[in-house]
Amino acid sequence: MTSTRGSAGPMGATMSPPDAVQRFTRAQRWVHRAVAVLMGICLLTAAMLYFGPLAVAVGRRHVIATIHLYAGLALPVPVLAGLLSGAFRTDLQLLNRFAAADWEWLRRKDRRQGRVPIGKYNPGQKVNAAFVGGAILVMMGTGVVLGWPNPWPLQYRQGATFVHDWLAAAIVVMTTGHIVFALRDPQARLGLRTGFVPLDWARREHPSWAARYESSARLSRSQTAPGSDPAGPGSQEISNNRKERASPTSTE
Amino acid sequence: MLLVAVGVLIGPVDGKGAPVGRRVILGMIVAGAAGVVFGGRIQSAVNSALAPLTQNDPTGLTSLLPTGGQFRYYSVTDDQPHRSDTAYRLTVGGLVEHPATYTLAALRALPQTQLTKDFQCVTGWRVEDVPWSGVRLSTLLDAAKVRPAAHALVLRSFDGTYAESLTLDQARRPDVMVALQMYGKPVTRAHGGPVRLYVAPMYGYKSLKWLDSIEIVPEVVPGYWERLGYDIDAWIGRSNGRDDEPA
Repeated sequence: MTSTRGSAGPMGATMSPPDAVQRFTRAQRWVHRAVAVLMGICLLTAAMLYFGPLAVAVGRRHVIATIHLYAGLALPVPVLAGLLSGAFRTDLQLLNRFAAADWEWLRRKDRRQGRVPIGKYNPGQKVNAAFVGGAILVMMGTGVVLGWPNPWPLQYRQGATFVHDWLAAAIVVMTTGHIVFALRDPQARLGLRTGFVPLDWARREHPSWAARYESSARLSRSQTAPGSDPAGPGSQEISNNRKERASPTSTE
Repeated sequence: MLLVAVGVLIGPVDGKGAPVGRRVILGMIVAGAAGVVFGGRIQSAVNSALAPLTQNDPTGLTSLLPTGGQFRYYSVTDDQPHRSDTAYRLTVGGLVEHPATYTLAALRALPQTQLTKDFQCVTGWRVEDVPWSGVRLSTLLDAAKVRPAAHALVLRSFDGTYAESLTLDQARRPDVMVALQMYGKPVTRAHGGPVRLYVAPMYGYKSLKWLDSIEIVPEVVPGYWERLGYDIDAWIGRSNGRDDEPA
């Protein structure tokens, strides 16, 4: 039962604790870590440039501004590097699309009870991922105007300042929310630390994804043919939705 | 062309669900571009709408909002420079007949001038109607008797790093002063106290904080930001590619 668990993950796994599902490969975890570190540097240096008392305590405006600028310019690098990983590319596809279950999840009050057949990511996570992607691009574009102001007309520089400032405020709100949600969910953090999440957590938070994992674990046990995935991850997720809606706990 | 754009935004309907993520990202890019084009005007409107709040806010909470109507602290060194009122000295030297060293009390004893003018930063923020008072720079130059060979000033900060330049003609303008007071009170440490420069017709980087010494020199020596690409003659609205209203 436990011997083939880990191989259900897209990249295979080196180690799988009992009753754990592989949620992230090393590539995905490192993309998340690198983006988090760079975003953290951007937010900290931004605070040092922007908030009076902190700016008074820190000073060194030119140094701080240079760190801020290059940390921001580096933000897309981990994401682009992640594209080398098939697992990461698959995640981007999953994050992009809203299935019927996602709209249902947004409507339901009992969305956290595992009754809506949510896939690997819930719609909140999907919107957050898209927001971070869009925010990185917009902050980079406006940041380039602010960092190399000479070729730009004044109107665009004022506009870039306006967008950069207010989007920064939105990023602070979204990042705070992201961290608050993470602090409330130790298993989700475990997933990003080790790559594995407990199976019962997966069934509760991402029932359709858990069911897909369990059925492929069953498949690989009976056929010893792991990794055969002809329909592609997205469509398989949908078909699993239907199957598992009928009998969500069929493996118990 | 239009069909392609619509197709990208709506995405193919192929049973995998709507590409909400792509739409969010594209929407943010479109909104960001619109903000760059029209944001200057929106920000000015927001600033003037919030000005009564931000200018008289005892809690300081509105300073957390990205409006342009308040001072932002800039320092190029790691520590906030400090010199007590009693230890403070301003030296005037270089190409002069009478080099001098002023204590804070000596500066206060000189004829004082008052000026209520905006402070305009080259990065865009502007604080309107700041009451300044202090000694005209020309008063100090006249007392020192500048030699004919002199053409410019090097002004240095006791932060040990920052320096600024002015031509003699610029320094002798009546709206250029060694400021001792801001808003009717001694200039605070964060604002460059106990003594700073205020060059009303130029961008803020000319209004050097923590003034330590004035050296009269034959030629203009570019200052800190000027060596990093800022204009040497920093007239508000006529330099650094900006067209702000004069202060």
